[in-house]
Amino acid sequence: MSKLIVSEIGPASSVQDGGRHGAQRYGLTPSGAMDQLALAAANVLVGNTPFAAAIEIGPFGAAFTAREGAVRVAVAGASRNTDISGSAVALDASMTLADGQTLTLGFARGGSFSYLAIEGGITGEPMFGSLAVNARAGLGSPYPRPLQAGDQLQTPPASGAPERRIDLAAPPEGPIRLVMGPQDDEFSEEEKKLFLDSEWKISATSDRMGYRLEGPIIKHLHGHNIVSDGTVNGSIQVPGNGAPIVLMPDRGTSGGYPKIATVITADLGRFAQIPAGKSFRFKTVSMAEAQAEARNFAQLLRTLPDRLRSMDQFDLNIEALSDANVAGAAVSAVDARTWQIPSPADALAPD
Amino acid sequence: MVQTLSAPRILPSGDSAITVEFSRDIDDGANKRVLALDRTLANEPVPGVTETVPTYRSLLVHYDPLLVDFDTLREKLLALANLPVPPTIKTRRWRIPVVYGGEHGIDLEDVAKTLKTTSDDIVERHVRGDYRVAMIGFTPGWSYLSGLDNSLHMPRRQNPRLLTPAGTISIGGVQTGVQCLAGPSGWHLLGRTAVRTYQLHRDPIFLLEPGDHVTFSPVDAKTFAEQDRAAEGGEIVAELMAA
Repeated sequence: MSKLIVSEIGPASSVQDGGRHGAQRYGLTPSGAMDQLALAAANVLVGNTPFAAAIEIGPFGAAFTAREGAVRVAVAGASRNTDISGSAVALDASMTLADGQTLTLGFARGGSFSYLAIEGGITGEPMFGSLAVNARAGLGSPYPRPLQAGDQLQTPPASGAPERRIDLAAPPEGPIRLVMGPQDDEFSEEEKKLFLDSEWKISATSDRMGYRLEGPIIKHLHGHNIVSDGTVNGSIQVPGNGAPIVLMPDRGTSGGYPKIATVITADLGRFAQIPAGKSFRFKTVSMAEAQAEARNFAQLLRTLPDRLRSMDQFDLNIEALSDANVAGAAVSAVDARTWQIPSPADALAPD
Repeated sequence: MVQTLSAPRILPSGDSAITVEFSRDIDDGANKRVLALDRTLANEPVPGVTETVPTYRSLLVHYDPLLVDFDTLREKLLALANLPVPPTIKTRRWRIPVVYGGEHGIDLEDVAKTLKTTSDDIVERHVRGDYRVAMIGFTPGWSYLSGLDNSLHMPRRQNPRLLTPAGTISIGGVQTGVQCLAGPSGWHLLGRTAVRTYQLHRDPIFLLEPGDHVTFSPVDAKTFAEQDRAAEGGEIVAELMAA
């Protein structure tokens, strides 16, 4: 076995995969990658199944060192400065770390999460078929908590397969798409219009449980308490203070605040990548359109291997890449100390 | 006799889940219909349905939009929801030991004061109850029980606590609950149980099912401590009663 040593890592970084499904009826939330497309792209690059466990790296930098053999990895997701022992390398591509070499990733630029997949996967003990970290429930393997410097991940040695890059279309621009409901009737037409017509920002006190939105206050029609019911990834609940929270993969499985709308499946990853402080808008679509987009998204995930290209078809302009990296090095989207579990009682108190 | 059932509301929860809502309020009849539909879907799987999550008054049905679309599933669920509730759904009955008051239930005295009675009387009223697991949610194993004596209904705390102990037995609104993991809560803490409703590396990992019946039995602090050690070692500690 080879090892990938976590040399440096910021908060909000953990082992994640396609998630742990089937036990929401017992209060166990699925967890899993915030951006499933980026997870799948990284995995496909090193020949893994799309939803194998990988390292989800939060907005801050990280460094990984190969030990006891070479390790083949791939990084996809948010843009970052990336280098191996000082030489810039491309994202959305596989790469092999020789024994002792260090891969260094800078701050996320124009996104929040990156995925580092390891050829052969991460060795761990699945619980409910998943290695995904859910710190609250004590689940996740090899560490049931976010990663820390010094952690070691066991992995099969690099195969020596030729490196690949993946040709991903630029992510769609434009508003984050929603279907209204399930409790949009708890809001007046004016408040729904305010919600849909306003510009929003993601608060820095967001995390894998939920993204808090900054914008106008959304008022309820009949008060903010409903009888607790089930939630999904992308549920937009409006608590008593009128500041909406979009529920993310570590959400509570039930909640007692009215849910005005739900982010469509195809836009969940794109939404998760919006950096704190950047403005965005919502837009409603019909159920038929949302489901057509969900089918297109599933088709994209299924056909990722068709988008693999050999590296010699790729003109990597290292100089331009280095310039971009230097230019981006000063950018810090959010403050490390704020990207933590905020434990606000209004999001967490059960009903 | 033919039962006439009102049709539930079918609410979209995004493009991959449907909320089947039987009532807007906490309602025993609605909860029974939720659990009946949940059971129907378990017994006769509907293609495309991936997971169901019962709550007080609605069933959340997760599905794969590649396998079934919203309109088709809505019609299917409406038809299944209108089947009569089976007269007897076989459920289990658990007795859960609780140490009440003192450091284990720091709100017991305040609850007694608010309700103008004694702590012993509150414990007696809580122990007398015959409860049903209406839903499990929020965090693993957090079991919400219906059947709380009317005289114990009281509003939640103004300021929820950010951390309450594992195994807390509490009351809030019209409900009582068994909380498994340490975590935030706005409810009034009456006591603690050594029973783990969720424990990894134990068979079963989740002890209670929605629909199970629960009663509580008071134990002293010494017994709680012993049971807590046994439970840590993987013992279930709760008693499974004859049906």
